[in-house]
Amino acid sequence: MSDRPAKQVRKVVEEVYRTESRRILATLIRLLGDFDAAEEALHEAFAVAVEQWTRDGIPANPRAWLVSTGRFKAIDGMRRRTRFDASLAELASQLEAGIHDAQENPDESIDDDRLRLIFTCCHPALSSEAQVAMTLREVCGLTTEEIAKAFLTSPPTVAQRIVRAKAKIRKARIPYEVPSETTLPDRLDAVLRVIYLVFNEGYSASSGESLTRHDLSAEAIRLGRLLVELLPDPEAMGLLALMLLHDSRRAARITRTGDLILLEDQDRSLWNRDQIAEGIALVGKAFASRQIGPYTIQAAISGLHSQATHPTATDWPQIVSLYDLLMQASPSPVVELNRAVAVAMRDSPLAGLALIDAIFARGDLTNYYLAHSAKAELCRRLGRIAEAKAAYKQALGLTQQKPEQRFLEQRLAGLQDRN
Amino acid sequence: MKYLLLVHHDEDAFSAMSETIRKEMLEESVQLTHQLHTKGQYLSASPLHPASTAVLVRVREGKPLVTDGPFVETREQLAGYFLINAKDFDEAIGIALRVPGARIGTVEVRPLIELSGLPTEDC
Repeated sequence: MSDRPAKQVRKVVEEVYRTESRRILATLIRLLGDFDAAEEALHEAFAVAVEQWTRDGIPANPRAWLVSTGRFKAIDGMRRRTRFDASLAELASQLEAGIHDAQENPDESIDDDRLRLIFTCCHPALSSEAQVAMTLREVCGLTTEEIAKAFLTSPPTVAQRIVRAKAKIRKARIPYEVPSETTLPDRLDAVLRVIYLVFNEGYSASSGESLTRHDLSAEAIRLGRLLVELLPDPEAMGLLALMLLHDSRRAARITRTGDLILLEDQDRSLWNRDQIAEGIALVGKAFASRQIGPYTIQAAISGLHSQATHPTATDWPQIVSLYDLLMQASPSPVVELNRAVAVAMRDSPLAGLALIDAIFARGDLTNYYLAHSAKAELCRRLGRIAEAKAAYKQALGLTQQKPEQRFLEQRLAGLQDRN
Repeated sequence: MKYLLLVHHDEDAFSAMSETIRKEMLEESVQLTHQLHTKGQYLSASPLHPASTAVLVRVREGKPLVTDGPFVETREQLAGYFLINAKDFDEAIGIALRVPGARIGTVEVRPLIELSGLPTEDC
């Protein structure tokens, strides 16, 4: 056997691993009923593939071949271990008996398996951190090291989260199922929340020097696409649209040195037109469903910004009415703050300021740096410099992010110059 | 698979509720046990007397220590339990959501460890 076919086969195997391993894993978890056994079986199947495909050629359906090889390897392994653990014998027989029922249409349930995997990883019985770690590890195939790096924690911490989550899935018997119709809306919300959390962690890191961590955002967008493909729910479309529209401004929103650039000051020619077009199309589709949720509304607002060729061309009245809608769908002080800023743009800074002061007067958002920063900006526009300075200083004391701190310091310095 | 649903609530708030409402909740719980029973999911259930009736028992270095409860002052106390059969966690969670106590307190859903060698129930 020459070296070349071996090399070529290795390349094919690597490509199949890249594109298919997550799907194969999802199916193996269902067939074997265990995450760890499925992972082990997956790796064994690929190891066998390198050997056998070189000798016998590449099978017509590599995915089906890998699923069935992985499964047989797992059953073999259990049989070998029955010498030490008798309970495995019964399990192995059960798994073997199940082969004939499930093998007729190996491709039919593959999408269901991926959905099952997503819903199990985002099960509400798992902590939010565990949901994120499990989703990135099992659905996206990131390594523990990559997840730890992205979330600025240590690999052992992430590994422990995953081990605990898997133990909980096994011991409490968290089902590997797409939720029933009655619980689906709630469960889908949890999935969307995990995806958006991953996106935001990538888009605006919660601490540290670098403001954007592109890998995580790209991963979240990939997840969003997968979800829309598997379960075309309007809010899943809304979330994907929202992420695409935010991400379209990536190149324009920070300077070379990592400083933040406000929407109104961004070079709009740097915005990614393809992402904007896709995002706006998705918003249209989601709105057409007439089941309009918070992600879709936020995406619609973002889309209006994207469509304005110049800040002065922004459709503020439309944005304010979308915020009104958002206040009905998902009321929160942060939404109220954003609405106040939009009102300031539509009517006057004074009108916006009154709304922000009303939020503060209620005791809300007093520790939220963006609220103080927004107030400072409106005071500056009104020429109330002393108040603006005080609000910027308060904002500065409330953020740990270096780029945001630099941004606020610059704003503050700008005021000093004027005075 | 067996799950234990532990119903916790604020005893003071519960005793402040009207007699009629408390009776209604108890009846609803009893109804739930019957609904579970028809599906073969009921194993056992009971409300508990208030935590003030409890006693805490420990043995340290062979010495018995008996003190009055509750162990720690928490806002919610254990008020009752349901021991059920469910096919998986989601089914158990679905049943827990039907426990009346979930509306005023918290229901903790705990999977049981299957242990062999215990005396079998013949009730």
